[in-house]
Amino acid sequence: MNIIIVGCGKVGCTLVEALSSENHDIVVIDSRPEKVSALTDTVDVMGIVGNGVSHTTLKQAGIETADLLIAVTGSDEENLLCCVIAKKSGHCQTIARIRNPIYNEEKDFLQKEFGLSMIINPELTAANEIAKVFQFPSAIRVDTFAKGRVELLHFKIGSNSPLCGLKLSKFHATLHCNDILVCTIARNSEEVIIPNGDFEFAANDIVSIVAKRRDAIDFFRKIGLEKNRVSNTIIAGGGKISYYLAKSLLMSGIKTTIIEINQQRCEFLSEQLPKATILCGDATDKELLSEECIEKAAGFAALTDLDEENILLSLYANGISSAKTVTKVNRINFTSVINKLDLGSIIYPRVITAEYIIKYVRSMNNSLNSNVEALYKLEDGKAEVLEFLLKENSAVCNIPLQNLKIRKNTLICCIYRNHQVIVPSGQDCMMPGDSVMIATSGYNISDIKEILED
Amino acid sequence: MKYSTIGYILGQVLKFEGIFMLLPFLTGMIYHENEAYSYLIIGIICFVLGCLITLKKVKHPQIFNREGFVAVALSWIVLSIFGAIPFVITGEIPSYVDALFETISGFTTTGASILSNVEALTHTSLMWRSFTHWVGGMGVLVFIMSFLPLMGGSTINLMKAESPGPSVSRLVPHVKDTAKILYRIYLVITIIEIVLLCIFGMPMFDSLTLTFGTVGTGGFGIHNDSIAGYSPVLQNIITVFMILSGVNYVAYFYIMTKQLKEIFKVEEIRVYFGIILGAGTFIALNIRSLYGSLGEAFRHAFFQVGSIITTCGYATTDFDLWPETSKMILVLLMFIGACAGSTGGGFKISRLLILCKAIPKQLSLVIHPREVKVIRMDGKPIDHNTLRSTNVYLAIYFFILLVSTLLISVDNFNLTTNFTAVASTLNNIGPGLDGVGPTRNFGMYSDFSKFVLMFDMLAGRLELYPLLILFMPSLWRRK
Repeated sequence: MNIIIVGCGKVGCTLVEALSSENHDIVVIDSRPEKVSALTDTVDVMGIVGNGVSHTTLKQAGIETADLLIAVTGSDEENLLCCVIAKKSGHCQTIARIRNPIYNEEKDFLQKEFGLSMIINPELTAANEIAKVFQFPSAIRVDTFAKGRVELLHFKIGSNSPLCGLKLSKFHATLHCNDILVCTIARNSEEVIIPNGDFEFAANDIVSIVAKRRDAIDFFRKIGLEKNRVSNTIIAGGGKISYYLAKSLLMSGIKTTIIEINQQRCEFLSEQLPKATILCGDATDKELLSEECIEKAAGFAALTDLDEENILLSLYANGISSAKTVTKVNRINFTSVINKLDLGSIIYPRVITAEYIIKYVRSMNNSLNSNVEALYKLEDGKAEVLEFLLKENSAVCNIPLQNLKIRKNTLICCIYRNHQVIVPSGQDCMMPGDSVMIATSGYNISDIKEILED
Repeated sequence: MKYSTIGYILGQVLKFEGIFMLLPFLTGMIYHENEAYSYLIIGIICFVLGCLITLKKVKHPQIFNREGFVAVALSWIVLSIFGAIPFVITGEIPSYVDALFETISGFTTTGASILSNVEALTHTSLMWRSFTHWVGGMGVLVFIMSFLPLMGGSTINLMKAESPGPSVSRLVPHVKDTAKILYRIYLVITIIEIVLLCIFGMPMFDSLTLTFGTVGTGGFGIHNDSIAGYSPVLQNIITVFMILSGVNYVAYFYIMTKQLKEIFKVEEIRVYFGIILGAGTFIALNIRSLYGSLGEAFRHAFFQVGSIITTCGYATTDFDLWPETSKMILVLLMFIGACAGSTGGGFKISRLLILCKAIPKQLSLVIHPREVKVIRMDGKPIDHNTLRSTNVYLAIYFFILLVSTLLISVDNFNLTTNFTAVASTLNNIGPGLDGVGPTRNFGMYSDFSKFVLMFDMLAGRLELYPLLILFMPSLWRRK
């Protein structure tokens, strides 16, 4: 694919390095000549020095033939404008990094009106990643796809789980969980099953489900998997990531304490997060930490601005408590040293951002030249999730799903309508304008109609 | 320094040199010359040696600036050392130093010869001599890069060191594709010229060898009187192709991608054609009295101007007999050289432009000491590093010029001979004036002087830095 990347900051560089090894034609644009030449000297990409918002510069970079433009400069406004101009001067898809929380609230509007394929907020993404560590016990693996909108939760069925020997047709009635959709089952680490009503769960199956987070937590409690979910957390530092994290944790009912040094910021946080405990103080103050009973905390996140402080805090927390710790590290050059330390989970916001975008690029690359909007590989490529955008009057529209004759090993795993994820049940139906995710294994589906039985 | 990476690159160079030698071998087969076998044998030896060296893959191949420069310099030296052997084996150039001079002159597209009677050479050796121009014109590493998946993005450092011009950049995102595009353009120009020359009555062998010399801006002829013996039409065709070969290849890329307007935005190309027109017209009028008609004067004037400014070095007439003003203009053209990013040598018009633009800036600083002024080229600001390295380039350039002239003066030839000999080798032109004029050759210099001139040729082709870096002690010191 022809990809243009505007902005050679850390995310830009991480992206370029990862994407260039996947045989794409990449052009980078930055107004700082030294950044551009540093990249072009080491990676096989073309560099252009100039303002990415300028139409002339974009033309020079070949916007007319580009498939994708990724705007990751430091400024949200520049990124948005760049994407709009790119959209107008070519036929490319666009991805913009937007980090201002105010714009983030209007994400869906911006995305729709400006025709952006994806908006990525590094802090929000990082916060979600951290939230996963606290919300889901280690027995559960979380995959996100469809631009981060849908989560696929994988878990293993224990030998004394209530699921053992349960038929899928009785699944919802027995467990009272209508909003859970069983997507794939990996058995014997070889075959991947997309189950129908007759399917019977067995011990050691790895099941993946699609569900909203709250429903999922409820479901895991019912099957007895919620054991090691944390109950309370302390967050050091009150930056943007902390804000998003606290919001997400509070929503799933985890008690949250934030320690922030700046009085004004504390007031803001307290205003925005009335349920959280906001403390104004230095997070590196040992007295303060013991006052807040760090020894008894179940979760600890070090999210201050300084990598060194975060590392120290996590080491300390690990030493005196059994809390699950998460450390934010900005600098990526010293990963090998940092990995040697006993830090628990480490979060690199920039790498996460880059990985999200790369995932998107891959899915776009997979779906090139077909009706498929995006294609995600699951379980080492043994199953696929395809995204289709329903046009007017498709043969599958407006019919309740239970009346559709769908092929074996094929499943409609979610419907995305008006910026809402719907976990479909038999009564739901697909409507024109929806995005639909189809999970399948063993078939090569290139059009939505092909999910019906011949 | 990563010796293994450099070794690997040198191995590849040898392999390709072995393949290159097949062309003279085939030529020799056609003309039933026994000399062809020496090329075959040396070619096989080079190929096998190259294969042995490249047998061991490099583990973490990365070419930094330093490795790029050293690899390029050593590649060219290795290329020349092996390329000279067949001349000695066939007995056509008995002295190895002479053979080496001839080969370096070939690869660096200089075209300066030590042979007094070129016509005595076999077709096989003539083909090899001319083919070295073609290989050296666009660069042997660029050639290799377009074939082999070398080492990712850092290969740009090889291209930077080998391609002429103050700033080298990609035409398309991948270095490999850039190299391919350059060679594709090069090949198309070559084929068009061969076909045209053949159509207008030149024998196949002549048109092949002369085309290699023209598009590579080399200048080895196959006759003692260079191009003078061919018809005016053929001379004019060669004039046009010499001038076209001196144009920055970006222009052809723009034609390929149908961005014709962009070509006129490149200042360098405008200035290049301006200089050729101006100098050609002036000389034509200046030498009017020497030739029968104005048309003939124009033909000779433009041929010589094109030949000198592109650093090709063919001649249709003995310009040593021209009036002093015309000779002086030719000497000045030697120092200007072709466009950056072409196959030509010399100081390069883009460097000259940068320097000319820096002069008013510096003068203006005297009047307004606090003035901040950015120098622009093609509407884009020139960054400070480019400006500084251009200044240093000029300094080194003149330093080498003067020291070389001093060194070869031990042979006791006159100043014009020595000075133009150095100027024409350093700028990769070929003929100079007086003792090394178009009808003479470099054979009279001592071996010592020949080594100095060989150094100048390599330094000129690789644009000084790669070769000079070899003399930095800190490069070789192991840490």
